[in-house]
Amino acid sequence: MSDTHAQTVPFVRDTMLPSAAPPIRESGAVRWMRENLFSGPVNTILTLLGLLIVWFLIATFWDWFAHSVWNASSLNECREIITATWGDTARGACFAVIRERWNQYLFGFYPRELYWRPTMTFGLLMVALAPVLFSASLTIRRVVLAITAVVTLWAMVVLGAPVVWLAFAVLVLAGGGYLSERNITWLLPFSALYPLLGVWLLWGGSLWGPIFVLVGPALGWVAWRLLSRVSGLLATVAAILVTLVFWMVLAGDATGDAERMLSLSIESVRSDRFGGFLLSLTIGVAGIALSLPLGIVLALARQSDMFLIKSLSVIFIEFIRGVPLITLLFVASLLLNYFLPPGTSFDIILRVIIMVTIFAAAYMAEVIRGGLAALPKGQYEAADALGLDYWKAQRLIVLPQALKISIPGIVSTFIGMFKDTTLVTFVGLYDPLKSMSDAVRANIEWKGIYWEPFIFVGGIFFLICFGMSRYSMYLERRLQRDHR
Amino acid sequence: MSEQTTRQIDRSQMTVSDEIAIDIRNMNKWFGSFHVLRDIDLTVHRGERIVIAGPSGSGKSTLIRCINRLEEHQAGHIVIDGVELTSDIKNIDKVRSEVGMVFQHFNLFPHLTVLENCTLAPIWVRKVPRKQAEATAMRFLEKVKIPEQADKYPGQLSGGQQQRVAIARSLCMQPKIMLFDEPTSALDPEMIKEVLDTMIALAEEGMTMICVTHEMGFAQAVANRVIFMDQGQIVEQNNPTDFFNNPKSERTKLFLSQILGH
Repeated sequence: MSDTHAQTVPFVRDTMLPSAAPPIRESGAVRWMRENLFSGPVNTILTLLGLLIVWFLIATFWDWFAHSVWNASSLNECREIITATWGDTARGACFAVIRERWNQYLFGFYPRELYWRPTMTFGLLMVALAPVLFSASLTIRRVVLAITAVVTLWAMVVLGAPVVWLAFAVLVLAGGGYLSERNITWLLPFSALYPLLGVWLLWGGSLWGPIFVLVGPALGWVAWRLLSRVSGLLATVAAILVTLVFWMVLAGDATGDAERMLSLSIESVRSDRFGGFLLSLTIGVAGIALSLPLGIVLALARQSDMFLIKSLSVIFIEFIRGVPLITLLFVASLLLNYFLPPGTSFDIILRVIIMVTIFAAAYMAEVIRGGLAALPKGQYEAADALGLDYWKAQRLIVLPQALKISIPGIVSTFIGMFKDTTLVTFVGLYDPLKSMSDAVRANIEWKGIYWEPFIFVGGIFFLICFGMSRYSMYLERRLQRDHR
Repeated sequence: MSEQTTRQIDRSQMTVSDEIAIDIRNMNKWFGSFHVLRDIDLTVHRGERIVIAGPSGSGKSTLIRCINRLEEHQAGHIVIDGVELTSDIKNIDKVRSEVGMVFQHFNLFPHLTVLENCTLAPIWVRKVPRKQAEATAMRFLEKVKIPEQADKYPGQLSGGQQQRVAIARSLCMQPKIMLFDEPTSALDPEMIKEVLDTMIALAEEGMTMICVTHEMGFAQAVANRVIFMDQGQIVEQNNPTDFFNNPKSERTKLFLSQILGH
């Protein structure tokens, strides 16, 4: 047989080999480039082609950017400066329009002396979001809240906010920071109240308004407590009825009476003065906050065993997904007035928010349904077998997993919806992209300016959407639980 | 015969009382037009350890899934601890919180830690305070010998460990009856023993158990009754000694020769 006596000498390993470092060609930048850029002739050609395209793009636009003018009062002045500095044939960007009109792109026709109000509202939004979005990481909260505090207070001082309101902002920001250090869940009540505070700060008017809005559900809760011993269903119906009746019949008069006794109002701003990113963010944030819960309810309803609930959900989703958003916006702005009783005025921004919300919710419902369908049947069975009832099983077992699976789809829907807010231009609202630029161009000084506002507005949209996208990736990573 | 249950079994607590835990009368079930369970009659006393065997598709899993209403029966009666299973949701929830179930694929909740898996139902269904629920959970995790894994997620554990967590999770509800639906079928041979040992320990404490399993060694060592099912019917039931040494029906003989023959 063979010389090694493989059949006759048994082998027992007595020392285990230690692990060694990989060869140099298999690690670091060299390996990365070999694998990703030059892994073969085709890839090498594609890499060179890509570099060529990048070079071509930069070469084409570089002059235009390099010849930017930031200080001018009209497009003509811009052109004169460019010709004077870089010669007759030079082309250049006139970003002076942004310097002159940035306020309209950000705030629309909101009264100039009140710019600090939306600014503060946006700053406080970050505090309200901290316990929702960044509940897991103290470090991220510190960074976010610190940046928010510095930027908000600086902007408020620059925009001339009254001292009282500066003190209020300092109080909330400091309080938010303190609670974030102690126990972030204590900040949740502020998050719950924030929508009312935000609406009041943006539109102004009497503080009694939001207070009496809160009284409605409080009375409803009392009704629920009184009747819940008789019948659960009756109590729920009564609670909803009491709330709605209070809002529709009593809240308006009560606000007026209370205001006469003790005036607690700030200057009110009408909806038609909203514009630019203030308008986009108001509609976008409200739409996002409302469409997610509505989408969850619709998705669960579509999965329901009860025929009526399931059918209503299917009809709603398919109908809303079947019509373009613009149709819904036209319905909001024109048709709704025909159907409502004469004399009812129903705020246009509120109408748009409702339409955008139900539009996004229909898509959201389908995205979440995908997540629900991806859950193994065993999860439902295990929840059942442990005696969890339907709502507890959904809340504790099913939704946390289904929503995690759906995160990319949900955030895509959010991003799409936020960009769709520019469509409000068709119902006469001043979105930052079209209407606001038209308004700026309507002035003889800036007639003919095109690319610069688009780049500015597009840049801000990109920052916000990219931020959402990165957040969704962070969230996915944080919720990664299966190490299989 | 399987080597897995060679250790000495303490039978002092394994007593069967007269009290009836499960009473199934004339139960029938169909999947569509397929008659999956036919005229099932089964009475289980408190403290009994029953093993259900049979070829795949014979309805054994379906039978025990009917006991906690994961499947709905269409005719006959199932009474658990004096509560009849009907479409009344209150009775179903009551029965489910008294009957623990262990699944073939564990069905742990992957987004919760091992400890959270174990405390979830006690906290939300039984309204046990969190601290107390955690203490109970740690006790049962010690019993299944994995207290050190309490803060890990199920995805970080081996199959055998996951199944033991699943057993602990059921025990945390302090059930009166435990159902096992092929608890070792999805496990590597090395891990079957650790799960069977846990089940034997449970039997030694006098738990009422119904196990669907192919582990005939376990059946011989622990069960006081073995039930053989085929085509949706109970074909034969007997004590393990007679069942294995002296099977009556031809179908049982064939089945036993196939699974014990090699």
